[in-house]
Amino acid sequence: METFAVDIQNMGFRYPGNEDVSFSNLNLKVKKGERFGLFGPNGAGKTTLMNLMTGVLRVNEGSIMILGNKVGHQDKKVNKLFGFVPQDFSFYRELSPAENLEFFGAWAGLNQTQIKQRTDELLYILGLADVRNKAVEKFSGGMKRRVNLAIGVIHNPQVLFLDEPTVGVDVQTRHAIMNYLRTLNERGTTLIYTSHQLNEAEDLCQHIAMIDNGQIITQGDIDDVLAAHSQESLEQLFINLTGKAYRD
Amino acid sequence: MFKLWATIRKDVRVLLRDRVGIALMFVMPIILVVVVTSIQNSTFQLVNKNRLPILICNQDTGQSSKQLVTAIDKIGMFRVAQLSGKPDEKQIADAMHNQDAMLGIVIPANFSARVKAKSKNVAGKAMTTFGLQGDSTPKKVSDVDPLTLYYNPILQESLRLSVKGALQSALQMVESRETLRTLYFAINDTPLPEKLENEMLNNRTVINEVPVSKDGTRQTPNATQHNVPAWTIFAMFFVIMSLGGSVVREKVSGSFIRLKTLPTNYAVGLLSKQITYLGVTMLQALVIFSMGIWLFPFFGLPALNLPSDILALVITTIVCGWCAVSYAICVGVFSQTQEQSNGFGAVSIVILAAIGGLMVPSFAMQGAFKSAADISPMHWCLEAYYTLFLQGGKLADIINNLIPLFAITLVIQFITYLGLKRKNLI
Repeated sequence: METFAVDIQNMGFRYPGNEDVSFSNLNLKVKKGERFGLFGPNGAGKTTLMNLMTGVLRVNEGSIMILGNKVGHQDKKVNKLFGFVPQDFSFYRELSPAENLEFFGAWAGLNQTQIKQRTDELLYILGLADVRNKAVEKFSGGMKRRVNLAIGVIHNPQVLFLDEPTVGVDVQTRHAIMNYLRTLNERGTTLIYTSHQLNEAEDLCQHIAMIDNGQIITQGDIDDVLAAHSQESLEQLFINLTGKAYRD
Repeated sequence: MFKLWATIRKDVRVLLRDRVGIALMFVMPIILVVVVTSIQNSTFQLVNKNRLPILICNQDTGQSSKQLVTAIDKIGMFRVAQLSGKPDEKQIADAMHNQDAMLGIVIPANFSARVKAKSKNVAGKAMTTFGLQGDSTPKKVSDVDPLTLYYNPILQESLRLSVKGALQSALQMVESRETLRTLYFAINDTPLPEKLENEMLNNRTVINEVPVSKDGTRQTPNATQHNVPAWTIFAMFFVIMSLGGSVVREKVSGSFIRLKTLPTNYAVGLLSKQITYLGVTMLQALVIFSMGIWLFPFFGLPALNLPSDILALVITTIVCGWCAVSYAICVGVFSQTQEQSNGFGAVSIVILAAIGGLMVPSFAMQGAFKSAADISPMHWCLEAYYTLFLQGGKLADIINNLIPLFAITLVIQFITYLGLKRKNLI
């Protein structure tokens, strides 16, 4: 029996007291080693689904498995398997990149030697070596995005969730982040990615799912999905499936 | 263990970069301790060293009123100034205001004559009682006209009562002297010898004041011994301004989302905060006690004397600090915003301090307030500190204070745990 990177079965979720964003009987499978894109208009439930897959929110019905381990259990063994790069800057702004990586590395289960090695490596790859000891609060948006990404991958996760990792950054930083993500994927990391930058997503992702109103409206190999809907680009497909009306 | 150590390092770094928080935890309480101690020391000196200015308007020309003025002066509590003429109430008030007098006394014009008449009457009755020939003709002797005491309304009631007591004592002295002289003259037909008069009137029993301490020392308590321990407790609870906000900040910031996705329980984060901020409270106590010992004398304040049982002092400080930190975390866990945490935290600490006896001694409280003091952790800590600092107590003497303080801390920890569970934070 194949073990999926992510396996969502009959999942249901609703926010207490708010029925607007909810999922009902949702099923989704992401194979190991895939670069998987999750798209949808604002308010469709992308971030909620990310939070459910990473255990930040708990499902009401069904289950979510990561590499065969159930998410949201008291046993936090599953949390070692994945990394999460949230849309918001998720670090301590008062601390430097090195200090943030030291703390989050420890919480991710690394020892002191591993933290030092990974910190040096990541700060070099992401172009932060020169500012490793400066407080992050003084960084530009692009530099903060790179710190956010570095923390998410400090423990070499097998599955990496990325919630709009390139929002608000310049072209250079976007290229750097995209190249690094490809490198990670080549080394075997499964990427699960959301973004509103559909050109960028088309370039990165092999498989996609589009969600709207808490439902998956299409999913599969990107070329197959485009062909099935007779569309040439992801953006055309997006408009075609979700309409042109404002969603927020 | 490494996770805890890394988290403590993170918390210390975040704390050291929070300059406003450090100022609130260290600078503000230090200023508070110095200011309150100085003010209370001034009040203490006002009564004991600086004499209360008193304005006496003597409208009488006789000997008794002069003796009364001398007796008031000799009490040693007043700086006497005299006002001549027959001023009305408004003129007395103006004169008190002009001369910064807190008190004013008007001795009525017939004071000496009335004292003399009253003495003669008492002496006559005494002679008859003794079986000697005295002036036993029944006479209607009117009472001595009352003295009028004017006072500045800012004078506290307790101080006013002690002033009144001192004046009664001076008045009693004058009346007794006159009665004694009259009686002596009636028996011997000669005036009372001055030496005998002094022996009879001035040779009064002395009252020795002895502070009762558990270790047998005879150290007189002062404003420093009272205030430094009390406001150190307040300072320790003031960590809520930094710690409560820190818990809320972490909760509402993105970093908390990431923490929830990592294979470590948030309890590690809370344990780290407790250890870090317990260190802060210890440092606060060390700084404030050191100031009391070495810096206060430079401000003209009495130096702080540490208790003889240092171990008991350290244990009390640790338990109190832990309670303060637990309370701050509890408020942080239940608050939705930093404003809520800071607002509720600051007000609740002032209330706990008030009912805990930091502002008004709890023994002076009545009814429900006295019972409410028992639920304030500051009350138990203050009792323990006072036993050590003022009564020379030992660890055994404060166990009854530390047990409730410890119990309150455990209750706060349990409430925090419930809050964390309810919010799915642990």
